[in-house]
Amino acid sequence: MGPIDETIKPRNGRPAVAHGQAPVVQLRDATVVYPGGNVGLDGVSLAVERGEFAFLVGATGCGKSTFIRLLMREVEPARGEVLVAGRDIAKMSRKRVPKLRRNIGVVFQDFKLLPNRTVYDNVAYSLQVIGESRSSIRAKVPEILRLVGLSTKLHDYPDELSGGEQQRVSLARAFVNHPPLLLADEPTGNLDPETSIGIMQLLYRINRTGTTVLVATHDSEMVDKMRRRVIELRQGRVVRDQRGGFYRTDGTTEFHLTAREQQANGAR
Amino acid sequence: MRIFFLREALRALKRNAAPSLAAFATVLITTLVLGVFIPVVRAATAKTNEVRNKIELEVFIQDSANKAQIAELGNMIRNINHVQSTQFISKAQALQILKQRLGTKNDPITEGLLKSNPLPASYRIHLDDPGNVSLVKSSLAPRGSDGKPRYISPAINDVKDREDDTKKILSATSTIKLLLAALATLLVLASILLVANTIRLSIFARRREVEVMRLVGATNWFIRWPFVIEGLVVGFFGAAAAVALLWIAKVTIVDPWSHRFALIAAPRTISFTLLVFLLMAAGMAVSALGSGLTLRRFLRV
Repeated sequence: MGPIDETIKPRNGRPAVAHGQAPVVQLRDATVVYPGGNVGLDGVSLAVERGEFAFLVGATGCGKSTFIRLLMREVEPARGEVLVAGRDIAKMSRKRVPKLRRNIGVVFQDFKLLPNRTVYDNVAYSLQVIGESRSSIRAKVPEILRLVGLSTKLHDYPDELSGGEQQRVSLARAFVNHPPLLLADEPTGNLDPETSIGIMQLLYRINRTGTTVLVATHDSEMVDKMRRRVIELRQGRVVRDQRGGFYRTDGTTEFHLTAREQQANGAR
Repeated sequence: MRIFFLREALRALKRNAAPSLAAFATVLITTLVLGVFIPVVRAATAKTNEVRNKIELEVFIQDSANKAQIAELGNMIRNINHVQSTQFISKAQALQILKQRLGTKNDPITEGLLKSNPLPASYRIHLDDPGNVSLVKSSLAPRGSDGKPRYISPAINDVKDREDDTKKILSATSTIKLLLAALATLLVLASILLVANTIRLSIFARRREVEVMRLVGATNWFIRWPFVIEGLVVGFFGAAAAVALLWIAKVTIVDPWSHRFALIAAPRTISFTLLVFLLMAAGMAVSALGSGLTLRRFLRV
């Protein structure tokens, strides 16, 4: 994956984490109640700074997906404030929602690719539907596909690709517009560990361009390896928000112990 | 951009060929019925109005009446309100009119039959408005002290109007109109629902596309356009096919026969160009409505 580092560069030399600016994501007492009374999120307050890389962890049903869907404004908060790029999306009119989503890239566990379109068309489609010009599409799509390492498979159909490759296409689609915020809901949930590493590396590199990346995951190995901010949810509440954290607080494997020791010594 | 919408719409039509065909056929049939219904109703209405405008009163005169009585009666009639003009028709003229109507001017048989001229002389009364027939009638025969109507002049033998004929025509045409309107309404409803169903299937078949569109931030109208166009294409081709069929029917059936049937040849029926325009508009409107209905329900983002 050598060439990727050359192709993704921090834009405008923006530092990876820019403090002092408005957080990309800020929740204050955000509560989501589903019709039927199920509580998706329960009074969550947190902020994610520009350029940050954060994991959302927790058992199934803990509210990770609700969190992602809330930021997309697929669900509305019953209470509290949800600010994305300084805008309260609870008060946002329906008309503005598409504009919000253009500034958020999303990746899902099941890729959500269109099976009857080629790799190129899948990525181009997402640009077409937001009204990009043809020339801009012709310039952007091959570039982003080269960036995710799929420049040789432009005209393949999704079912001709491996799972990892499909997820790369979906990453390309999410990132082709260089959104300031990238959300990933279990991006490696369907992939084997080897492939997962590739995807995580890609996410990491995207993050290095200044894009804030938020990953909801079960992939403990990945979280432990990356050692970035970890936000743990349980029954819709934040039970842990730790920088450079692990998937579990009580990891007892050799790896955990050594790592924790290193962390304590300030070595990273 | 437009090309994108059109391409997406055609792509969907191709993939949903069967329901699209059903919707197309319904729009076709609806438009056909409308295409027959509109000119027939127009012609019937025109004919009824024509008959209504012809309503006049005829005052038949006793054969025994002398010239002075007849002239006096003429003056009396002209003095009645709502009477616009009168026309005296003598016995000889009445016979002439009858002969003309029968088209046997010099037929020896009718000559022989009508030797004695049984027809009475009459006054034809033209009214300012057909609605005043009964008023004028009662003026000609006011009720006397015993409550029975009595003619204003002994010269009058009988007073007749053509209201009864008109009423018959009116009720017949209104029944036809009502039936056709009911049929047309049902068909319009059916085609709206079928187009709606086609679009629903199309949305269902393309729910992944719609999902992705919403995810990447396509505006609602951007998502809707291909579906609306899809409906309009169905409507357009359905209406166009109906118009083509109507045109064939017009050229092969109606035109050669029109000299035989007054109704078809009625000058006040609708012009074919206007009809085509109306039908195309109706076909498109029906399908736009069909897709609009579905989209409102399904694409709430």
